[in-house]
Amino acid sequence: MPEQVSTTAVVLTVNGETHTESLPANMLLSEYLRDHLHLTGTHVGCDTSQCGACTVLVDGLSVKSCTVLAVSLDESRIETVEGLAGPDGLHPLQAAFRARHALQCGFCTPGVLMTAAGLLRESPRPSPTEIRAGLDGILCRCTGYENIVAAVGEAAAAIGEAM
Amino acid sequence: MAVVGQSVPRREDGRLITGRGHYTADVVRPGQLYAVMLRSPHAHARIRSVETGPARSQSGVRAVYTGRDVRERIAPIPTAWIPPGSDLAITEHPALAVDTVRYVGDAVAMVVADSLEAARAARNLIEVDYEVLPAVVSVTDAVREDAPRVHEGVPGNVALHWRAGADVDEAFRTAEVTVHRTIVQQRLIPNPMEPRAAVAEYDPGFESLTLWATSQNPHIHRLLVSTVLGMPEHRVRVIAQDVGGGFGSKIACYPDEVLVAFAARDLRRPVKWVEDRQEHFVATTHGRDHVEEVELAGRRDGTITAIRVKALANLGAYLSTAAPGVPTILFGLVVTGAYDIPQASVEVMGLYTNTTPVDAYRGAGRPEATFLIERLVDAFAAEIGMDPIALRRKNLLRDEQFPYTNAFSITYDSGRYQTALDLALHTLDVPRFREEQEAARLEGRLIGLGVTTYVEMCGLGPSEVAGAVGFQGGLWEHALVRVLPTGKVMVMTGISPHGQGEETTFAQIVAERLGCPLEDIEVIHGDTDQVSMGWGTYGSRSTAVGGGALNMALDRVIDKAGRIAAHALEAAVEDLTFEGGRFAVRGVPDRSLTFPEVALKAHLAWSMPAGVEPGLEAQASYDPANFTYPFGTHAAVVEVDRETGEVKVLRYIAVDDCGPLINPMIVEGQVRGGIVQGIGQALWEGAVYDETGQLLSGSLMDYALPKARFLPPIEVFHTETPSPHNPLGVKGVGETGTIAATPTVVNAVLDALSPLHIKDLEMPFTPERVWRAIRDAEKGAGAR
Amino acid sequence: MSMTPFRYARPMALRDALADLTEHPEARVLAGGMSLLPLMKMDLAAPERLIDLGRVQELQGITETPDGIRIGAMTRHFELASDEVVGRCAPIVAQAAAHVGDPQVRHRGTIGGSLAHADPAADLPAAMLAADAVIEAASADGSRMIPAADFFVGPLVTELRPGEMLVAVRIPMLQGRRQHYEKVPHPASGYAVVGVAISLAVAGGVVQEARIGVTGVAGHAYRAHAAERALEGEGLNPGVIAKASSLAAEGEEILGDAVYASAEYRRHLLQVTLSRALQRVS
Repeated sequence: MPEQVSTTAVVLTVNGETHTESLPANMLLSEYLRDHLHLTGTHVGCDTSQCGACTVLVDGLSVKSCTVLAVSLDESRIETVEGLAGPDGLHPLQAAFRARHALQCGFCTPGVLMTAAGLLRESPRPSPTEIRAGLDGILCRCTGYENIVAAVGEAAAAIGEAM
Repeated sequence: MAVVGQSVPRREDGRLITGRGHYTADVVRPGQLYAVMLRSPHAHARIRSVETGPARSQSGVRAVYTGRDVRERIAPIPTAWIPPGSDLAITEHPALAVDTVRYVGDAVAMVVADSLEAARAARNLIEVDYEVLPAVVSVTDAVREDAPRVHEGVPGNVALHWRAGADVDEAFRTAEVTVHRTIVQQRLIPNPMEPRAAVAEYDPGFESLTLWATSQNPHIHRLLVSTVLGMPEHRVRVIAQDVGGGFGSKIACYPDEVLVAFAARDLRRPVKWVEDRQEHFVATTHGRDHVEEVELAGRRDGTITAIRVKALANLGAYLSTAAPGVPTILFGLVVTGAYDIPQASVEVMGLYTNTTPVDAYRGAGRPEATFLIERLVDAFAAEIGMDPIALRRKNLLRDEQFPYTNAFSITYDSGRYQTALDLALHTLDVPRFREEQEAARLEGRLIGLGVTTYVEMCGLGPSEVAGAVGFQGGLWEHALVRVLPTGKVMVMTGISPHGQGEETTFAQIVAERLGCPLEDIEVIHGDTDQVSMGWGTYGSRSTAVGGGALNMALDRVIDKAGRIAAHALEAAVEDLTFEGGRFAVRGVPDRSLTFPEVALKAHLAWSMPAGVEPGLEAQASYDPANFTYPFGTHAAVVEVDRETGEVKVLRYIAVDDCGPLINPMIVEGQVRGGIVQGIGQALWEGAVYDETGQLLSGSLMDYALPKARFLPPIEVFHTETPSPHNPLGVKGVGETGTIAATPTVVNAVLDALSPLHIKDLEMPFTPERVWRAIRDAEKGAGAR
Repeated sequence: MSMTPFRYARPMALRDALADLTEHPEARVLAGGMSLLPLMKMDLAAPERLIDLGRVQELQGITETPDGIRIGAMTRHFELASDEVVGRCAPIVAQAAAHVGDPQVRHRGTIGGSLAHADPAADLPAAMLAADAVIEAASADGSRMIPAADFFVGPLVTELRPGEMLVAVRIPMLQGRRQHYEKVPHPASGYAVVGVAISLAVAGGVVQEARIGVTGVAGHAYRAHAAERALEGEGLNPGVIAKASSLAAEGEEILGDAVYASAEYRRHLLQVTLSRALQRVS
């Protein structure tokens, strides 16, 4: 182990707020969000990048925050579940998850929401098959996924209509 | 407007979809330290020495505890189920191993440090000198005469030997037909998405301990943790607010939370421990793991006359909290399933092995029972050349037989089994499916249909029965309804939902009864200081038993409010009506008071009727008269890829009857999620140990949980047959899907493979297993 | 924090990155981190120094060259999967990239990281072999070209030398060739139980040249030369496909695992998978 580990300067924008930080390099993005910013909505469910509960958006793309160094993301724009709802209320995905009972224990939900948010930006009107493929990087043990698939489809339609 | 019966969106979702839930790992206490466990890499070894010096001297390390350090200060971790007549061989389960480790994952030491990083670094410096001993992993090896002993004092590794039913040898000797199967129900790893966690804080002034823990039953944890640590129960508070799934794995009291609580008291600092996923695989209880010899006897006309079951159940290295009851009471007493089988015999040997302890996993015993009877029914049908659906219909219990007492003296409350079967078959259109199947076979394609008719014993349960079957606790439930001066309502319930949605379901019950808006109701659970008592959420008991208690408490609140209203309205109580949240004098609708108005009067107490105390609050404890017995029919259509062996579920139909639906959306969510877990056992999930006791399927890279893309939409239907003995008529729905889905899919695959005369396959049906069966069958056919 | 601390460099220029690597030969190069970071989190790797390539502009981007395309090492899988140039000139690469891991992994993981890590069950190595790609490796002393066929040496072992890093991949123009990537993913990890990438030059119904890259079944991705020879000079008819497929494992030691798929099954599955891939393009 090195005697002293220096920190690295980064500027991170999290949910629209800019943070100028000096962080140890071994801090994962998930640790930065949870332990440093106390944004505990981002959950950590595994250590092999399988479960996707920690998914956030980095520059608009879904990323597993447990498998990326915070210092790697200098000048990136990070969105977490806490920033998903806008000033006018719930994001259509959140509203659809509630309306369609797309969550039970809720532990995977932040990651699922952010994965779906990323999916809808890349593919605004996905088919159920595309939604299921788009959820390949998340695990939900409670719902059996069906209501998640329905909710994502419903949210896509709602976003489409609003535009 | 009725609130009960509506699919109202869940009240808990507001915080969960915005990232504002309170899971244990989110808890941060000022000055908290971090704990990590050093776990045994060996399945069985003598600990010669543990060198902790270098770890202790690391900067930031506050303590390193070994088994020797804590053995005098932490009592052994107890089991809480002692089935009578089972000769349960209870062995000492130290919180940290002292002389011997007995499974990979057995904790040897705990490091507590200022940071997680420091704790992990120090853990790497602990040197344990192990003398590796031979290990025993499977039940079939555990019973061998020359098997290594997991516990020196337990000859033959027999943890328990339990029998139920009667002698059926005569029935089998004289039967026209018998079928026999050897059934392996593989070990499963629960994997709720939230790993276990514990945060403990000790208050030296009050000499009290607060423990945030991932628990399905905080009051049970309070009882056990306080006992093991020798702390008075009233000085221990357990909080389990948002819990990220459990599926049985968060029932048990584990060494980990006890150790964390111990360290917090010892160091006078808050201590936090969060399991990582790899740790979960070895250190959190597993499920299932039976090897069974099962037989059915009957007549050529399809009448089943007797069942005989001999099961070897793997209990792992130590007896977990509920473990002894799972392969005995919760399994053995319902192996006759939904059928009228007059004679039955069950014999179970529970065995110690050098593996992670096995305890309840979604369904707990009842999936194992359902699986074997449903496999046997299909085997029996094949044996006598009868359609398996017709055979089921012939033996299913008929409506007029309820209440029905089975061969183990278990009384099923109510049922319309044939109705559920008819609905499933109608939805499926069996004749058309058989035509399609025939056509597919002509093209060389293998498609198959599996049908399961099941009953579940749940809604645990009457406390008298709990005592009779050796459960070291009660199974009643408690509710307190507190009406505030503004008419807002707080409900304190002893059940502890962790995804099941009772914050909403219970609010619906309250809203229905009191006529108040859902927004005016808060359902509080998961905190032993706020909730008087309760036994937790498992065994599909929350709504049946906890809802029963709530209903009783509501009766009392309404009764009292009625008396206060009558007094204020200067009418007799019997002349009042209470509808839509308003007390009114019958025939004089103008003379009325709203529920909040009455609540205010109750609290002001300026003018109370004689003998009525101020305030508006009532509590109730409900102990049900019986378990509940949901039932139904599930059907699956699958296709097997003949070349690769891959199984695809094409269609899945579920008809379940859990009594009246309070929130249909939540019920269907439970059904769908349960089904997917059941399909998981059939097709993908299975713990694999090597012969030395190393868990080969030890991560989410190896152990396949169902993913979204594996699954078809699931068609969900209901019939509604109330349970006659609880006030809401509800039966419970948390486990039905898991119970029914495994045999449904397995039977469908075997139906698909039936042209190849493949009779059985071991789960999970991985492509390789299926391919081997097909190849061997084709080879055999070629040789003939 | 859960990871063992390390020193961290984030050079802006390739030259600086290479100099750093020369000075610290024990350092590990961090690309997308999809393979390295999980190993570090589990203490299976504990490098003293990480050289993060995320800011090195020269490693970004896809360019069309006179004889094909050049893909910068830091190009992420999702970019490969959706890039117009890759889709036109080297569809097999785009297809394989679309099969890597899951969406989140494809958003971070890079072609350079995946190839340099050389997981024996990764998707891109098979596509590189079928594409006859050339790996561009650089060190402080200069750069050299390594044919994909020579690059994969063993499990997590490549032809890269200490002090060298993968900077780009060159793919010859594949437009007009029949290409397909067929994969059987592991249900848990998403890695290939078997993955077969094929690239065929077909004229007048006859296979002129065949390249078949195989992943998931051996210690490293390999070219199925015997199967290729069985196709060349033949039409893509069922007999030829069957013959070629039966030769997919020729000369290779097929490996299995104790949990999901044995060597025997993988060998069989390889044959079925190659056969299906060939049927797709016939």
